[in-house]
Amino acid sequence: MYATNYHRASSVQDAVRMRSAADESKYLAGGMTLIATMKQRLAAPSDLVDLRHIPSLRGISVDGTSVRIGAATTHYDVASSTELKAACPAICDLAHGIGDPHVRHMGTIGGSVANNDPAADYPAALLALDAVIVTNTREIKAGDFFTGLFETALQDAEMIVAVTFDAPAKAAYAKFRNPASRYAMTGVFVARRDNGDVRVSVTGAGADGVFRHPGMEAALSANWSPDSLAGVSVDPSDLMSDIHASAEYRANLVKVMAKRAVAAA
Amino acid sequence: MGVEGIGASVARKEDKRFLTGKGRYTDDMSVPGMKYAFFVRSPHAHAKIKSIDMAAAKDMPGVIGILEGKQLQADAIGNIICGWMIHSKDGSPMKMGAWRPLANDTVRYVGDAVAIVVADSLGEARDAAEAVVVDYDVLPAVTQAVKALEAGQPQLHPEAANNLIFDWQLGDAAAADKAIAEAAHVTEMKIHNNRLAPNPMEPRATLGIYDSAEDHYTCYTTSQNPHVARLVMSAFYNVAPENKLRVIAPDVGGGFGSKIYIYPEEIVCLWASKKTGVPVKWTCDRTEAFLTDAHGRDHFSTVKMAFDKDNRITGLKVDTIANLGAYMSLFSSAVPTYLYATLLSGQYAIPAIHANVRTVYTNTVPVDAYRGAGRPEATYLLERTMETAARELGVSPAELRRKNFVRTFPYQTPVIMNYDAGDYEASLEAAMAAADWNGFAARKAEAAGRGMKRGIGMSCYIEACGIAPSAAVGSLGAGVGLWESAEVRVNAVGTIEVMTGSHSHGQGHETTFAQLIADRFGIPIDNVNIVHGDTDKVQMGMGTYGSRSGAVGMSAVVKALDKVEAKAKKIAAHLMEADESDIVIENGELKVAGTDKTLPWFQVALAAYTAHNLPPGMEPGLKEGAFYDPSNFTFPAGCYICEVEVDPETGTTEIVQFVAADDFGNIINPMIVEGQVHGGIAQGIGQALLENVHYDPQNGQLITASYMDYAMPRADDLPSFKLSHQNTPCPSNPLGIKGCGEAGAIGSPPALMNAITDAIGNNNLTMPATPQKVWSALNAVN
Repeated sequence: MYATNYHRASSVQDAVRMRSAADESKYLAGGMTLIATMKQRLAAPSDLVDLRHIPSLRGISVDGTSVRIGAATTHYDVASSTELKAACPAICDLAHGIGDPHVRHMGTIGGSVANNDPAADYPAALLALDAVIVTNTREIKAGDFFTGLFETALQDAEMIVAVTFDAPAKAAYAKFRNPASRYAMTGVFVARRDNGDVRVSVTGAGADGVFRHPGMEAALSANWSPDSLAGVSVDPSDLMSDIHASAEYRANLVKVMAKRAVAAA
Repeated sequence: MGVEGIGASVARKEDKRFLTGKGRYTDDMSVPGMKYAFFVRSPHAHAKIKSIDMAAAKDMPGVIGILEGKQLQADAIGNIICGWMIHSKDGSPMKMGAWRPLANDTVRYVGDAVAIVVADSLGEARDAAEAVVVDYDVLPAVTQAVKALEAGQPQLHPEAANNLIFDWQLGDAAAADKAIAEAAHVTEMKIHNNRLAPNPMEPRATLGIYDSAEDHYTCYTTSQNPHVARLVMSAFYNVAPENKLRVIAPDVGGGFGSKIYIYPEEIVCLWASKKTGVPVKWTCDRTEAFLTDAHGRDHFSTVKMAFDKDNRITGLKVDTIANLGAYMSLFSSAVPTYLYATLLSGQYAIPAIHANVRTVYTNTVPVDAYRGAGRPEATYLLERTMETAARELGVSPAELRRKNFVRTFPYQTPVIMNYDAGDYEASLEAAMAAADWNGFAARKAEAAGRGMKRGIGMSCYIEACGIAPSAAVGSLGAGVGLWESAEVRVNAVGTIEVMTGSHSHGQGHETTFAQLIADRFGIPIDNVNIVHGDTDKVQMGMGTYGSRSGAVGMSAVVKALDKVEAKAKKIAAHLMEADESDIVIENGELKVAGTDKTLPWFQVALAAYTAHNLPPGMEPGLKEGAFYDPSNFTFPAGCYICEVEVDPETGTTEIVQFVAADDFGNIINPMIVEGQVHGGIAQGIGQALLENVHYDPQNGQLITASYMDYAMPRADDLPSFKLSHQNTPCPSNPLGIKGCGEAGAIGSPPALMNAITDAIGNNNLTMPATPQKVWSALNAVN
């Protein structure tokens, strides 16, 4: 790791000020990606602004179907929240399947969303849940937020403070893990609302990161059943290909994981 | 046997310090004035070094010295060598290209060391290493052995035309050809044995200390064989004469073969310590380990197996191309030859066998022995072929094996090995019973009802370990003898220190070797210390690999114990005024048989050292040494049966049952043997299901350079194993034991692949059987 300056922020305003004061600064949440990357010398921020000591960034509130998760809430806290489990168990299940216990006790939803790793789990959930990413300056719809591989709509020094969404009637996440890293090689989040609207979003597979699949959404809107996906085709040309999985294999996984998610929802 | 004697599952003495974090590994070692090394490594798979500019780096904070290959050469530090000479079938010696500890002209794989930076801190050393500017003229690279032999490919070493190191054969080609020509059936296969990274939990490390007052060097290193390291560094690398070089391998966290070899870093850190005047420590990080630890396997083979009309094997012909990487590592030449082709008879009576092996340079890290070393490759080739033959012939795989088993011993194979003892049918029967082989059809039908494809596969392995008779290996080209040494020092109060040339890096020697002493003299194992891993404490030894510590290392201890026992009995007989032949040792006492005269063990030891009343002419003291040279390999064998369920939608394989029935001869500590089998099977399952080293074939970059891409087996990839033993004692060593360290890794991959191919109905599947490959293979037949 290269030398870096550490700053501990005690409020959102404090954090933004510290971050803006240095050119090559980064926010540090759980650090589960950033610290590892810095140790490999693949990232070299001049300054780190630690967000883990800002009380307002942590915690989950549920009001009926309205959910708000603070950006610095750990995966473990999301996975184990009884309130959240009652409103949207799918996101608890998803959080429970991230990494390992060490990662779940350190990593945060805000950090994961801001990093937008194409194999991360949360982007699929937020996109399918039509969530809103609340920053220190504005609210961004998930559909506008994830803009590409490790790319988001966040401006320089803009900071996520929470994510909010309206819990759907049914939802589930099915993930096929990469055999080596155990990140999602394909993960599909399905959500169905009482009005029949369906969203299907896919992580780990898209060449440009997380995406929605209109074909599957249409089929499931017409008939909410795993069988209704049988006739839907997934185009491999939009998918990633690497030593673990070809685009064709991922296309198959997208369908299989979608079927399993619908069955589990 | 007693609670701590031979055959007792004694809890491991060493685990207390390991499990409480108190083990002392090389990286834990610290000496006054010690500084830190970071190596500048090639980012290219193949390149000429045009220049190395250290000017900026030398002025960086904390830098003590930066050294390059030209200086190493000027100081006459030698090339790294391969210690086993193989001759091609035309009589020419193998083509050993120069391996400089620091490349000074050409780099030949990504990670090849170019310079060493020594600095006050590791961070400063790394910072300065990044500031060393190496100007490379990048050359085309080739990473695959089969391709490297083709015309027009990049050439690695001027000595080796077409990258061919040797073209070697074993057996009778004409007889094998005749058997194939006259066969009622011939099974033909192409077999790929995938390349693996060893991944011991502790990465390599070394601490080089030069003492200018004494002109003496000390090398702490992560070695499986510190005496071999000292020998090679003295005799070939010109680091220091043996009497001026001490090598210490303290606690070592796993090796699996990868810590047999003497790597550039040990040599360079010792040399750098003298050049810079400070002790120099280097510890590998995980990606560096993937890049620079010797890899294993990487064979491409074709096989033809001939059968007569009664399904008896009449001949076997094998052609293998083995990738040895960019340079010849210490035992690299022996692995695809005498540790591989000599096992091609398997458990079967095969009258004619011929193997041709070509070894090849490529722009990849060197390949050498990795748990099993040649025997997994032989077993995988044979057992996949046997299973395939059974399917082609329409007979049960068990029946085909039974029909061809060797049943009388000793049995001379056509490929050098002389099997001394075994009962292959016993293990087959035990494994089939434990696996409920006959109930498989019902289980398969039940799985089909759930949409799952269930398969079963077996593997009957034999291996040769307890390496090895010195004269025999010498005649085959080995540069060293493979005996072992031991010294038993009885202290004046009867406690005992055993110096052994074996080295424990996870095997539990501190417990099992002590059990021999407890068994012999009836003293508690807590009164016994096993000393190993330090050339100043143990005179000479050949170390631990090839499952040799029990069969060879313990046999040396037995020989030394025989001498100690004989002397102790002489003393006891003298003190008790009895005949020496009447003295027996029971429960820690020396007794005159048939009387009530006894002397406690400690009093006999004390008498040896007080020397007040010894038999006339006897020297004081009670300390004896022995060297043991085995008369044969030992031949562990067994039958493994694996049952899987494949999810046809995703290609995921779940191992639902794994049965291992092994013959290890007599067993010292059943719990430790089980642990060895568990670990071996885990590594075998890793090879078959998960692990694969992947170099980019275009540019030679290592893609699987971290656990993000290299899939190691984890606990949830593995089922609980069902183990059993059907032991036939080894007749060639005093304890009747065979080796158990590698069997699991040798026997398991074909069992698993036979099960998966059975499940999916497509035999065209290579290791590792990743979900994608299994899914594709399923789609190819559906």
